[in-house]
Amino acid sequence: MDDSAVSAERVRSGDARAAARLISMIEREDPSRLAVLKALHAYGGKAHVVGITGPPGAGKSTLTDKLVGDLRGRGRRVAVIAVDPSSPFTGGAILGDRIRMQRHATDDGVYIRSLATRGHLGGLSRAAGEAVRVLDAAGYDDVIIETVGVGQSEVDIVRIADTVVLVSVPGLGDDIQAIKAGVMEIGDVFCVNKADKDGAERVVREIRAMLETAVLNGAATRFTPLFEARSALRGADGSAPAATPNPGSTEQGAFHHIAAQAPGHPNLEIPPVVTTVAETGEGIARLVDEIKAHEAALAATGFLRSRREANLAWELGRGAAQRVLSELERDESREALTELARSVLDRDIDYYDALDALEDAMTRTRRAVTTA
Amino acid sequence: MSDNDSVKKGLEAYDAGVAKAIAKFPERKKAFVTGSKSPVKRLYTPLDDAGRDYARDVGFPGEYPYTRGVQNTMYRGRFWTMRQYAGFSTAEESNKRYKFLLEQGTTGLSVAFDLPTQIGYDSDHALSQGEVGKVGVAIDSLADMEILFDGIPLDKVSTSMTINAPASVLLAMYIAVAEKQGVTPDKLNGTIQNDILKEYVARGTYIFPPSPSMRLITDIFAYCSKEVPAWNTISISGYHIREAGSTASQEVAFTIADGIAYVDAAIKAGLDVDDFAPRLSFFFNAHNDLFEEVAKFRAARRVWAKVMKERFGAKSPKSLSLRFHTQTAGSTLTAQQPDNNIVRVAIQTLAAVLGGTQSLHTNSKDEALALPTEDSVRIALRTQQIVAYESGAAETIDPLAGSYYVESMTDRIQKEAEAYIATIDGLGGAVKAIEKGYVQQEIQDAAYAYQMDVESGERVVVGVNKFQIEEGSPKGLLRVDPIVGEMQAAKLKELRAKRDNEAVEKTLAALKAGAEGDANLMPLILDAVKAYATLGEICDVLRAEFGEYQQKVIL
Amino acid sequence: MERTIRVLVAKPGLDGHDRGAKVIARALRDAGMEVIYTGLRQTPEQIVSAAVQEDVDVVAMSILSGAHNHLFPRVTELLKEKGVDDMLVIGGGVIPDDDIPGLKAAGIAAVFTPGSPTGDIIEFIKKNLKRKA
Repeated sequence: MDDSAVSAERVRSGDARAAARLISMIEREDPSRLAVLKALHAYGGKAHVVGITGPPGAGKSTLTDKLVGDLRGRGRRVAVIAVDPSSPFTGGAILGDRIRMQRHATDDGVYIRSLATRGHLGGLSRAAGEAVRVLDAAGYDDVIIETVGVGQSEVDIVRIADTVVLVSVPGLGDDIQAIKAGVMEIGDVFCVNKADKDGAERVVREIRAMLETAVLNGAATRFTPLFEARSALRGADGSAPAATPNPGSTEQGAFHHIAAQAPGHPNLEIPPVVTTVAETGEGIARLVDEIKAHEAALAATGFLRSRREANLAWELGRGAAQRVLSELERDESREALTELARSVLDRDIDYYDALDALEDAMTRTRRAVTTA
Repeated sequence: MSDNDSVKKGLEAYDAGVAKAIAKFPERKKAFVTGSKSPVKRLYTPLDDAGRDYARDVGFPGEYPYTRGVQNTMYRGRFWTMRQYAGFSTAEESNKRYKFLLEQGTTGLSVAFDLPTQIGYDSDHALSQGEVGKVGVAIDSLADMEILFDGIPLDKVSTSMTINAPASVLLAMYIAVAEKQGVTPDKLNGTIQNDILKEYVARGTYIFPPSPSMRLITDIFAYCSKEVPAWNTISISGYHIREAGSTASQEVAFTIADGIAYVDAAIKAGLDVDDFAPRLSFFFNAHNDLFEEVAKFRAARRVWAKVMKERFGAKSPKSLSLRFHTQTAGSTLTAQQPDNNIVRVAIQTLAAVLGGTQSLHTNSKDEALALPTEDSVRIALRTQQIVAYESGAAETIDPLAGSYYVESMTDRIQKEAEAYIATIDGLGGAVKAIEKGYVQQEIQDAAYAYQMDVESGERVVVGVNKFQIEEGSPKGLLRVDPIVGEMQAAKLKELRAKRDNEAVEKTLAALKAGAEGDANLMPLILDAVKAYATLGEICDVLRAEFGEYQQKVIL
Repeated sequence: MERTIRVLVAKPGLDGHDRGAKVIARALRDAGMEVIYTGLRQTPEQIVSAAVQEDVDVVAMSILSGAHNHLFPRVTELLKEKGVDDMLVIGGGVIPDDDIPGLKAAGIAAVFTPGSPTGDIIEFIKKNLKRKA
């Protein structure tokens, strides 16, 4: 298949080859992808985008495999984007997440794609963002992005996913500290996998305690706006903020849990902490319930739109910055920069005037390009 | 002046002379290493014996710590068992090959099963396509097993079966065939490999997850200790770990770590260590680095003896002594100039014999190309016979003992293996270390390093990266008729039509109930086998109950 | 931007000897390629499906059990059925020379037997990609 054979129609008809090739074009920033992506634009916005992240060894691939199985059982078409780091030395990568999911390979309702970070700083954002939009437009009901939570990538996932599942496991020792550090900013749903191992209860307790402390302190967390939006919603229709007596209930808007352990705060709400044993499938249905309850809560409160707004605003900013950077990497720009640098060194102009001059020049070029 | 002082002085003078000599004529390489990439000194002297106590660390044959061998007369009593691994195509074809081998003077059978059999699929299963009868014989039911051993008196031969995940089923079939021959189980001699842990890390024919697999294994231990007392219930295998690319020390370490896990499991299941440990046997690889390999076998015996005595408090000498089968290294065979493989196998045979093996399989020269032909199998067997009858290597016990080099390398391998075992203990034992991918990672790193050394030319493989020639296609390779799959499928159809299907259902239901609870599964499997339930049917019952293992891939 | 070569490394059939496949996977990575590894016991259907979804340039398979004459051609056949004509398909393992012409006729571009240096495989891939680099 030639790249030029890739069309929005083929992608939308569920042609896995076309979607796959389009994602390859996205990965190598092929300009010819843009026409197809633009044509697909009108059809997006329907998929529930779920991020799965956590430290290496948390069993994310197995968990994702089981989530796919469960979602298929609910009649949903599922796409998975599994991200692994590229080698900083050779640029190559071994993408092994797929091994765990190969049983779905021949299921037409499942699409699995492995992506390497290819050395981009925060590399997930652009390629994965565009790939998600492709799979969304291709009609997958759920798009799951799985990434290792090290370095930059888990921050990226926050900007792409509607719902982020933060996976931890017992027995990682000091790694729990790393999870703690970023935990509040990342998760919507918390999962403690390998819950049959010693120490699982302790991890659950620790995560709950961190969540409770954050809520009590009024910390700005990823889930705070949702909780606030929901309280406001309840206030609006006059109902009292009722407790949820049944943690894990999937009833709409029930996405929260009463913290049992915070002394003096019997009605404190925190996000769900689900225990799973991905190997055996234990707890998977409950995890999917919570993910879907989160989606429902996002929709019911209208916060889904504000989250996507914020994500898109961020992505647009990134995209714009990327364009500026590419602009600066052109040969003519390099020459102009060198010229300016000389002037600054010769004390002809100061550093700040040089920056202003540069910005002016770029704006003029841009305008010239856009009006041409 | 003590002896050592004079040696020290002499060595200093020697070193000075060497320094002068190599200033003019540099040595062939900057650094010399063993086959497993351990440094090798220019010269070993009595100084390398420091810290070794003969009685404590070396001792006498048949005595703790068994460094010099597990029997007190070794090959002066009788030679090792010359056992050629064989099996292909149908039970009929393999039966013919076994009779041929027995006529040629092999003293034990070694059954190779095809992959569907090893993974518990019947020949007509979708995943069996293209695989039936390829790497071994296809066994679907007791009916095939009856043909396989037709005319071979099972009280007269010892039979080794390379079977792991479904070991219980094949052992049950063997017991059932023997019964039909009028041979009671207590007269049976042989080995089942039954070593699932190395399947997870190196060989890949697993079915169930670790914990039910360990249960199947300890069920066999318990059953055989009463019913089939002369049977070797497990062959804890380093062979495949080495084939997967490990070093010699890793081979010893990971094998013994697996052994520790089995002993732990059996003790946890309520068995007494001295009841089952005497029936544990081992299976190692023999590579080209003659001295390192001999040291490896000696070190393995010493490490195991110490583990059994110090960790498990075993008392019976049979529990302490590591008996092992050896196979020459398949991974050293080259497709290029295949006749050269005969020489490699001869060196490896010598290593196994000087290392005190209890039985030996020698590979055939054409195995990098296909299954071996009868002619090449004969040469492989003759290699063992030449070493046994002509080389003189079997006339005295442990002839390399006291070699400064070999003794010092024995100590080194012991130390390295014990360090690995300590690391694995720290991870929670072999099962956990495998689940975490630690063992796989260590093996793969070694495998990759080896391959890179070959490709850079740092390691010479004759005929592969040096001394190459233009050569034509080898002729006369053995081929398995693809029709075998269809023949087996037809046999299965007939079997399912004419057996008592009610009895099959009943025995399978009983097996299911047993698997749900904690009954010993061996008698239940034996009942199902006797009712002609197929291997696939039996394994499916267990799959439904136990689940299937998901490979932990470390790259 | 230089195109990154994507390779699916797969073990069709039932044999569990993946030393070779893993060494190749690493070597390809070290040569700057992206390697999607599928693990053991893959059916031709699974391999082809994964190759399509991953949009790979190369499908590299290894078999040591002797089932190559059945399984390798099945993969090229399925690719053809799906209209995929731009993937380079190569095979390796214990494969007698006599079988190689038949495999080549079935669309296996090259067969690498034991002892083949990984460098040869890398070079072959780079020279024979069906899609322009």
